[in-house]
Formats: sequence, structure tokens, C-alpha cells
Amino acid sequence: MTTLPTRKDEAWRYADLKRLAPLWPDRAPKTRTLTGAALHLDDRITGTGWHDEDIEINITPGGHLTGIIAQTADADATVTQHYRITLAENARADLTLLSHGAAYARIVFDVRLADGAVFDLGGALVAGGDQNLELVTFARHLGPNATSRQTVRAVAADRSVVSYLGQVAVAREAQKTDAAQSFKALLLDRGATANAKPELEIFADDVKCAHGATVGELDRAAMFYMASRGVPPGAAEALLAAAFVDDALSSLPEDDTSRTALAARLETLIAKRAKS
Amino acid sequence: MLKIENLQAGIEGKTILDGLSLEIPAGEVHAIMGPNGSGKSTLSYVLAGRAGYEVTGGSVSFEGKDLLALDPHERATAGVFLGFQYPVEIPGVSNLLFMRTALNAQRVLRGEPEASGAEFMRAAKVAAANMGLDFEMMKRSVNQGFSGGEKKRNEMIQMALLLPKLAVLDETDSGLDIDALRVVADGINAMRSPERSTLLITHYQRLLDHVQPDRVHVLMAGRIVLSGGAELAHRLEAEGYARIAAEAGVTTLEAA
Repeated sequence: MTTLPTRKDEAWRYADLKRLAPLWPDRAPKTRTLTGAALHLDDRITGTGWHDEDIEINITPGGHLTGIIAQTADADATVTQHYRITLAENARADLTLLSHGAAYARIVFDVRLADGAVFDLGGALVAGGDQNLELVTFARHLGPNATSRQTVRAVAADRSVVSYLGQVAVAREAQKTDAAQSFKALLLDRGATANAKPELEIFADDVKCAHGATVGELDRAAMFYMASRGVPPGAAEALLAAAFVDDALSSLPEDDTSRTALAARLETLIAKRAKS
Repeated sequence: MLKIENLQAGIEGKTILDGLSLEIPAGEVHAIMGPNGSGKSTLSYVLAGRAGYEVTGGSVSFEGKDLLALDPHERATAGVFLGFQYPVEIPGVSNLLFMRTALNAQRVLRGEPEASGAEFMRAAKVAAANMGLDFEMMKRSVNQGFSGGEKKRNEMIQMALLLPKLAVLDETDSGLDIDALRVVADGINAMRSPERSTLLITHYQRLLDHVQPDRVHVLMAGRIVLSGGAELAHRLEAEGYARIAAEAGVTTLEAA
């Protein structure tokens, strides 16, 4: 059994260690190992208590992993979900994460990319109340010509906290790496917090690594424009917030139930604010 | 329909409208002309209720109700439409979704039944076709990637769908080429009816060649200094604002 990490550990800097401390001594994560050339992940994290799982996924050369991880656990739940993904030569992974349940949820993607591999992640975090939602990614470019993309959008209301820690590590051999990371957070209330920690570690010299992080509020000009057409403030906020997270959902099928669940969560959050 | 009395308003403590009075009866088209900085856009924002614009005196009544007491979306629902000088881009929200949300929000607040999907799509297709805008543009994000002319056509499409009682059009003619100006003017003329009024805010007389106003008002230093018929626009074009200002005893063209 490992000891609970501390804040000195960069990847745990924004973690809710207070919540994990009493749970950690009895830690016995579930484990799963998946290996193949064509895999589809469909993880729907629901329920109460502590959901703690380590998932190892190996995609063989030229293979393809697709998937959805929808975290909609109960309001008092704790989630620590760790994906370790190895993409062999020219393998590809296209994943969408939607995280809006639980009191505290920490979801980690640790991805190793061999020659020519592609990793594309869309992540949407929507938090309200006292929720703390965290997403951590490691894109480890081990071979040349690999591509990694993380598009993360987070909306935080009330006193909630959303955090994104994204590391891109490019090994000496990983020439022609193409890495891009985009994080945008939308704060709906003064008491809400967004943390962003992009980190680049590059040992090759012929690489393209782009990253950007912004934290903003609702566009007042857009709010007024919508109001001038008769859209009430709550509905305008809901439209703008939904459009904002939509950037992260481009690979998610239009009719996936997790999409409607996320939209419903946003609406509830905003309706609750409009009343208070 | 609209009665503005001795309106004083400004932004960040600076007075811009300084005793503006104006009355627009139902069914009439009025034009407000004025030099840069005279308060034209401020007037349109105050009427629509933009945050940051503070009314310090006077009154605005719309169909006998106190317009200034209403929130912006309630003013729209009451029938006031603002055509923006610079229409706002809203990434990720489609034009169709935006317009349908707006139309139905207005109907719900007025206690009317919502438009069905099919009913709305039919109306949107007609409105876009009348403005010569490709229907594909209606599926795109609001105003994003639209040219200046396309944005103004989109304003007119929105107006045609919402059917306001009073349209306040803030420099709808700016940035338009001659063909687009004619299309937009046709859109404004198509809205003319005994129940509807229009307030055109413009720099130039150009638009007024296509939309014949019932009255023309000259705005200087935050108030109306001269009013007349359609011929006043031609006089302004020929003589310039300075001469009118001298006649009206206005020492500065700009708001205080």
C-alpha cells in the first residue's frame, strides 16, 4: 500500500487530500487490464462511496481506442480513477471525459505514445456547490511523429473548484512531436476557483508544443445581445455555458446520453443560481 | 408609442444625454441624425437597458408603461428591438437556436404558445430568403465569421422573426454596400405598419433615400436641437451639422 501523496507532489497540488486522508489507509483500488487493436471504453461512474480504480489499457500497433468516461457519481461520492494507456506504433486513442458528479473527483490519464501514435482527449468539467473536480493528464511522447491533443473546458459555479494539470513530456527520441493543449475555465460566481497547471518537459529539438490556459467569466456583451432579443439571463447563461463546454465534446456522438446529462446538470446549476 | 421626456443619462458619471425629449407615434418612422459623440448610440443603449448606462433624470414611456423599470429581456418582450451598430458574435450558439430561444422566451413571458420546430423553421427560411442570406448561415454560430453586411442582414432577419412594435436601429446602414443597403432598407420598409414604429439612428442621409422618414430629428450635445420633415435630412447633408448647431445655439457638437 502506498502512502497518500502530499501537496509537494506536483500532480497532487490541487487534490482534496483532506477527503482522501481517512480513506487512504484502507485503499484497495479495483484494477482492470484491457489489451487489443480495437477497443471501446464506456465507463459510467455512478453511485455513492469511494470509487477507486486503476485501469491499464494497451493498444497494439495501428490499433484504435475510442471511449467515453462519464463521471456522474452521487453528491457525497469520492472518485479517484487512473487510466494508464500505452499506444503502440501508429495506434490512436480518441476519448471524451465528462465529469460533473461527486464531492471530489480526480481523474488521471497517463498516456505513453510510441512512434506515430495519436492521443486525443476532450474533457468537460462542470462543478457547483462545494464540488472539487480535477483532471490530470500526462502525454508522454516516447517515439517520434506522435500527436497529442487535450481540449479541456471547465465551468465552476458557487464555491466549487475545477483544476486541470496537464503535462507533456517529450523524450529525446520523440522528434516531430505535435502536442497541443487547451484549457479554458468559465467562472460563474466570485467564490468559484479554477486552477490550471500546464507543464512542458521537452528533450527533443524538432517539436511543436502549443498550450494555452484562460480563466474567464460570461461574455457580458453576448449576455446583453441575447437579453435585447428577449432571452432571460438564466437561459442566456445556460446557452453560453453549454456552447463553452461543447468545444470539448467534438468526438462525442450527438445522441450520447452523457451529453444530455451534462446539459441538464448545467441547467440545474444555473437555475439554482438564478433563484438565489 | 414611445415618449421620451427630458432624459438625462450617461456612463461612468459622465452625462451624455442631457434633456432629450422625443415622441414617436405608432406607425411612424423617425430618424435621428447627429455628429459623432452626440449621444446617438447612448440613446439606443439606454432604451434597450444596457448595464452601465445610468439614467439620472427624465422618463421613457412605451405604450404608456415605464420602459426604464423593465429588465432588458422584458423590454424586448414588450416589443422593443435594438438593431446593433456592431452585432455581437456568440461562438458555439447557432443562429437558429438563438432565434428560436429568443422567440419562445418572448412568447412564454407574454403567455402565448411557443412556436413549434416546423413553424419556426418555415419563418426563419422566409426571413433569411427575404434578406438574401444563405440559409446555411443561419445554422452557423451567431454572427461568427459573418461579414459586416451579413451581420446587418442578420439583424434584419432577427427583427423580422421577432416582429417588434418599436425597432431602434443604430447605424444599421454603416458598413453596407449599395446593394446591401437596398436589401436592408426593404426589410425596414416591410415592417412598416400602423401598429409599428421605427427609430433610425444614422450619420448619413443615404439610408433615408430608401426609407422615407415621417420625421427627422437632429441630436447634438445630448438633446434634440431641431426637428423637421424628411427634407431636413437633405438640408443636413448639404449644409453640415455646424451650421445647424449655430442656428440652434449649440456651442459644442459633442455631449457634455
